[in-house]
Formats: sequence, C-alpha cells, structure tokens
Amino acid sequence: MTTEPLLEITDLRVEFPGRGFRAKPNEVLHGVSLDVAPGEVLGLVGESGSGKTTIGRAVLGLVKPSGGTIRFDGEDITHAGPRERRELAKSIQVVFQDPYTSLNPALTIGDILSEPLVVRGISAKEARARVSTLLDHVGLPKDAAERLPREFSGGQRQRVAIARALAPEPRLIVCDEPVSALDLTTQALVLQLLMDIQERTGVALLFISHDLAVVRHLSHRVAVIYKGDIVEVGPAARVTLEPEHGYTRRLLLAAPVADPVEQRKRRAERKRLASAGYLDTHAGPIIAG
Amino acid sequence: MVVSEPAEPRARRSPFRRLITDPQAIITASFLLLLVILGILAPVITQQGPNVANLQAINAEVGTPGLLLGGDQSGRDIFSRLMHSINTSVITALIGAGVATTIGLSFGLVGGYFGGRIRAAIEWLFNLIMTFPGLLLLIVLMPLTGGDYRVTMLIFGVLLSPGVYRIVRNVTVGVRNELYVDAARASGLPTARILLRHVMPAIRGPVIVATAFIMGGAIGTQSGLAFLGVGSTEVPSFGAMIASGFLNLYVDGTQFLWPALVLGLMTSSFVLLGNSLRDALEGPRPKAVKATAGARVTSRQARLAAGLTGPIPAAEAAALESDTDALLQVRDLELSYPSPDGGEPKQVLHGVSLELRAGETLGLVGESGSGKSQTAFSILKLLPATATVTGGSVRLDGREILPLRESEMRGIRGRDIAYVPQEPMANLDPAYTVGAQLVEGIRATTSLSRREAKERAMELLGKVGIPDPARTYASYPHQISGGMAQRVLIAAAIASRPRVLIADEPTTALDVTIQAEILDLLRDLQEEMGMAILLVTHNFGVVADMCDRIAVMQHGRIVEEGDVLQVFHEPRHPYTQSLLRSILDETTVRDDGRFAASGAATKESK
Repeated sequence: MTTEPLLEITDLRVEFPGRGFRAKPNEVLHGVSLDVAPGEVLGLVGESGSGKTTIGRAVLGLVKPSGGTIRFDGEDITHAGPRERRELAKSIQVVFQDPYTSLNPALTIGDILSEPLVVRGISAKEARARVSTLLDHVGLPKDAAERLPREFSGGQRQRVAIARALAPEPRLIVCDEPVSALDLTTQALVLQLLMDIQERTGVALLFISHDLAVVRHLSHRVAVIYKGDIVEVGPAARVTLEPEHGYTRRLLLAAPVADPVEQRKRRAERKRLASAGYLDTHAGPIIAG
Repeated sequence: MVVSEPAEPRARRSPFRRLITDPQAIITASFLLLLVILGILAPVITQQGPNVANLQAINAEVGTPGLLLGGDQSGRDIFSRLMHSINTSVITALIGAGVATTIGLSFGLVGGYFGGRIRAAIEWLFNLIMTFPGLLLLIVLMPLTGGDYRVTMLIFGVLLSPGVYRIVRNVTVGVRNELYVDAARASGLPTARILLRHVMPAIRGPVIVATAFIMGGAIGTQSGLAFLGVGSTEVPSFGAMIASGFLNLYVDGTQFLWPALVLGLMTSSFVLLGNSLRDALEGPRPKAVKATAGARVTSRQARLAAGLTGPIPAAEAAALESDTDALLQVRDLELSYPSPDGGEPKQVLHGVSLELRAGETLGLVGESGSGKSQTAFSILKLLPATATVTGGSVRLDGREILPLRESEMRGIRGRDIAYVPQEPMANLDPAYTVGAQLVEGIRATTSLSRREAKERAMELLGKVGIPDPARTYASYPHQISGGMAQRVLIAAAIASRPRVLIADEPTTALDVTIQAEILDLLRDLQEEMGMAILLVTHNFGVVADMCDRIAVMQHGRIVEEGDVLQVFHEPRHPYTQSLLRSILDETTVRDDGRFAASGAATKESK
C-alpha cells in the first residue's frame, strides 16, 4: 500500500464575490484538507450549502480557490492554466448529478462520447470503436450511439455520463451526487455499475453525496463536511455506523430507516440524544468518563 | 432497465421540416427569392437603364410601348427603376444585417462566455452604441459617407448590433451555466470548440430570426433616407421612387403605387418569414384560444364523467357511506391527457382506488411517472386544463366532489382538504411577506377580520415550531430557509383545521436533518388535530417513519395496499418486492480489504 496520495487537498479555501458593490466575499470553504489514494473511494457527505460540491468543482478547475493547494499525483494543480487543465482532463473526470442537463440535447450519444477522444487526435474510426466498447461497459445497447439524449431515461443518461467520464481512462472521477436524481431501483443499478467499474479499472472516486446510505455502500473512507469545514474523516464503517462527531450523528439518526420497527427505535434514539445535547454540531464522542 | 423507451418521431421533426410545411414560410420565402432573381436579371429584362431619361417618356402612361409601367417625371422607365431598386434593397439588407450579426454574434459569444472585466468592457461599449440616435446620426454623417447607401448601411449595421449582441449574450450566459458545458470543460475541450459545438447550436435559432427582422428594418430605413432625399440621387431605390411619385400624385397616382407596393411586400415578407422561422426554430407557442377551449371541454367532460357514476340518491349514498368509515374514498379513478401529436389520449391513471380513514396516515408510494402525484392532484381537483377525468369517483365524507364546480371546490380546498407541496419556495410569492400570504389564506377560508387573522397567523407560526414568529411573519420568502418555508406552508395548510392533509413529497427538497424535523412536526400536529394525512412520497424511510398504511403505485395502478408492517415485511407484489430490494440497507459497508484497515488507519493518524 503506497502512502503517496493521488489527490491531496490542503487547507483549501474558496470564496464567492458578495452581492452588491464592495460587498464582503462569502467564503464557502474554510480551509478543507482531504486526500484520496490511488484506487480509493472517498465519500464526501454533507447537506445543501455545506460546500461539498465546491470541493469537487475546485478539483476540476471549475472554480478558483482563494487559498490552499490541490495536488494531483504530486503536482500542484491549484492554479493550473487552460493547457495544463486540458492535459489533466485525461486523468481527472466528472459525473454530475443531473443527467438531464449534463448531456448536450443537440448531440447524439455517439458524438457526446467521441468528442473528447477526437479532440485528443484519435481517428474517427478508432473513436467509434471505443464508443461502442464504452457503451457496452455501462450496459447500454450499441445502437444508443445514433440516438439523442432525450430518447433515454434518467438512469440511462447517467450511464452515458459515466461512459463519458470513463472515455479517457482517468485515474480519478469526481462523482457529484451521481444517483440523487434517480428513482430507487435505478439508483441501486447505477450504484452497482459504478462499484463494478471502480473495482475493474481501479479508478479512484471522490464521491460526493448528501445520502449517508449511498456513501456507506460505495466508500472506503468517508469525510463529513458541515458549513465549509470537514468535521470528521475515517473508515466508512466507523464514520457511518458509529460516528464520533455530533453533526455526523445527527445526520445518521435523521435519515429514516426503511423499516417501521427499526425507524421507531431510531426516532426514539434521536430524540434521546438530542435532548442530551449529543447531536450538537460541536459534540464529541459519546464516551463514558 | 437497459430497455430503451420508444423514440418519439414527432419530437424529432427537424426545424427545416417544420419550416417547409408552414405555408407562410413558403409564400414569403418564395416571394423574396423571386424578387432577388428579378433583381439579378434586371439588366436583362429591362430595355433601358434606371437613370436613362427620355423626354418623350415623361409621365408616360402604364403600358406605353417599351415602358411597361410608364415613365416618371424625369422620363425614366419606372419598371427598370423598380427592378434595379430591388438590388439596392437586397444589398442594403445584406450589408445591414451582415454587419449587425457579425459584430453582435462575436462580441455576444465572448462577453457571454467569459464574463468578468471582458464582459464589463463590451457591455459598456454596446450601451454607448445604443445611446446614439440612429436615423439622425445617419443623416448627420452623410458628408462622411459621401451619400453612398452602402456605407450608410455599414454604420446602420453597427447601430443595430447591440440588439443581436444582447440576444447572443443572454443565450450564451444560459448555456454557459449548463452542466454539459462544465462537462465539456472537464473533458478538456478547447474553448473555441466548446463555443462552436455546444454554444452555437443554442444561439443559431434566435440569431437567424433576429437577422430576418434586421433585414426588413434595414430596407425600411434605407428607403426612408432615400425618400427624404438623403444620399445619392443616382442610385435607384424604392424611397427615391416613392418621393418622385409623391410629387406626381395628382398627375399619375400609379407612379407612387408600384414602389410602395414592392417595398411593403418585401419588408412584410421579411417580418413574416422571421415569425415563421421563430416558430420553426424555437417551437410553436401554445395558442391561448385553444387552451381555454380545452379547459371548457374538460370541466364539461369532468361533469359528464362524474355523471357516469350517476346521480346517487340519498338513501343509496348513505348505504355506500355505511359500507366503510373512510373519510376520503377514491374509486376506479381514471385520468388521461391528450397526446401531443393528436392521437389516442394517454391514460395516466387506470382505475385507482384508495381509502383514507379519519386520523390515519396513508403512504402513496411509487417511482417517478407512477401517477402518485396525479392521484393527489385529482383529489384536490388541481389538474392542468388539458387533463380529463374519464371515470371513477372521489368522495369526501360520502359527498362526491368530482362534479363540483371550481367555486364549490374552493370551499372544500383549504377548508376540508389542505395541501402541502413539494417545493416550499416555489409556492410562496417572493413579492409578499410571509405574513401577508398567511393572512390572505386565512381570510379566504374564514370570516376573520384582518387583525384577528394576523393573530391567528402568529399563533400558527408558533405552533409549527418557528422560534421567532413575529420575525418570520415580517420576512420575505427569500429571507427564510427551505425548512422554514415548509413550516410556513404547513402552518397555512392547518389554518382551517382540515380533516385531510395531502402532502406531496413534503420533504424531498429538504436536507435530511430538516426532513426529520418536518416529519416530527407533521406527526405532532396530526396527534393534536386528528387529521388524516395522504403522504405522497418515493422514500420508503419516510413511509416507515410516518405511515399506518401504504399503497404502492406503478404505471397508474395501485399494485399493493396494506398495513405498513405487512407490506414492509411480507410484500406480495413482485414490484413492491423489487422496490424494497433496491433500498440500501443500513449495515452493508464496502469492504474489499483494500483500504478498510491499513489505508484509513494511516490517514487518521495524521
């Protein structure tokens, strides 16, 4: 096991300009540090506005950090220019949440998938062959290449988005809520697909989600983010089953279990711990003595 | 899952196909084409040049040999001048629209895509251009242009470019924020390629439309200037012809008629063609007349549909009522929408039956498109105008509500049946304070005075667990969080102590910690007020938390219904079984031995 991380984020800060003239900038990440090892799945859990998506966008170069560093494979990519970014696109890819707006409605699936390949100088014929392999990998029929995104359901579109991310054989994929917009049965299938691909190709994933159950299933390690700060990082089992931080506990107990009997217990537990103050955002481990 | 849905052939009709089936487009385009051809052939089909004056031909009548349309006051051939004027107009249109589009398009793309200082500078420049008084400037600059209409049109194009710029910039900014552009950037595509492949297709339509209008406008302006006598007199143009015809109006009225006719037809063709292009490229707009007609038919059909079940005699109704103690009873509800291509109506509910007893919570579960929300909206009678209830009945306390008129329904909605929506923010008007909206709702369903209603609103806000009711009361929707907004809507819903509360995915848009609080609130309120809740959701956790009974929907049918424990633990229908299997359990943790121990341990020790 190498100790050299593939992605290393240190003290990352991001601020967005405030509204209005000379308004104070609004800092959404207050010095976040994270790392992802090669072939590892790091789950990043947080609620809306926590800054989890911003971390992913900073790694992809879609937002400019105001402080800290992002290193990929030992190289500082915090302020990578357009040319370096184009090089990096081979290694870092993305799957977005919304499969309806992440595919250009005017292009066929084949064009969407072959575009990044053709830009890189691969011949049209080779690209076509590659597209058909990719479609096969994500469980879509071969004739999908000729069709437009609107002819596919949400789950199928997300498969296309995954195929697009896999096209350059990246080493890291940033998955931003890739299954949140999908129906229950579709969600389970797409998660299974991601897991299979991850195991087969050994690609590392930065898996961003609001859903603790989804993250628990897929991740080796889990980081919990709350209002722009990482409050807890650790092995998936410990963070998602026996969390140490008050906020993580609140997150865990707030999610209803799909079982009426278990849920009754969980609800009671939540109320008990809440009244005892164990679910406060700064509460530490529940340790007797 | 991988089975593809059938493609919609209608949706795939290309804009071009739509254009060539539109008579307005065909007529105007062919007319313009005919004019262009006539213009090009002008030297061939006319017998003399447009500026050749012949004393014999002064004010010659129409049909004089060699002078098809007669001569004007200087003895020039009107027909020849008319044909040559077409060329002037076409060149005018090409230069004006060409310049405006080129400048507007290129700066719009750059300004829209990049933003920041670049956009600010461009914006400033175009705002400056827009402050120039157009026609006046063209006249004042005449000494500079030397009276050449082509140079004038060059300037005119610049003056019109802000219009194109604005269109392009707005569309570009919109597309720029689309995830697929982010995805393209993450794929490492160069900016030029992103603009060409992803941004251009979205801009194409609006720009083509704008260009057609600008062409019409340019011809009009050029003619106007020529009519005023601004510019070279050597150039034949409609404007100059009309001016000269004007002087001879009492001698020969037709001299004035010909150029006016061609000019009018030409500019209106551009405008009409522009409209057709817009319809073809941006899709036709729904026609208002049609929609209202549909609505009328629908309400009539709804009454007819309700009539299907027949007017129920009181005794029989009572008998039915005694069958069950259900507060709300839905029987064999069928709902359909007209299909977009005018074929068979699409049925979305195929005989849905369910019962809600007083004080209980029924979970209506299903995936997207299963018809669960349609069922809820049918009960509330809040369906779109095009929806048609084709059969079945909805009874509240034994009273059939499907045939009720909107005015009667208003007495039930908000009073007996209340509704909590999915998107709390979208259901509050951003222009009014939370308090004003609550008071309005309370006064619509009760006879309270304004002051009493305000007191009641405050009381309700406290009741739904809002910590500082007075502050929330005075807040605008954007000043409160999504969770707070949902509490406000719940307060509005329980204002009249309804017996049935229909909650359509009430927590789907909320964070999970807020969801838990809202569900707690609903449970507490139910305990206190004894209302029945119909909870529409896709989340089995929420169902397990809240519901006494559960109905599972698939493809517009209820496939399984029963006690919550029974359905969760012994699901009978295969669909329910597959749904329950898809739920991620609470204990499975990924463990492939790669990172679980070693990798994580080293990280944690950092």
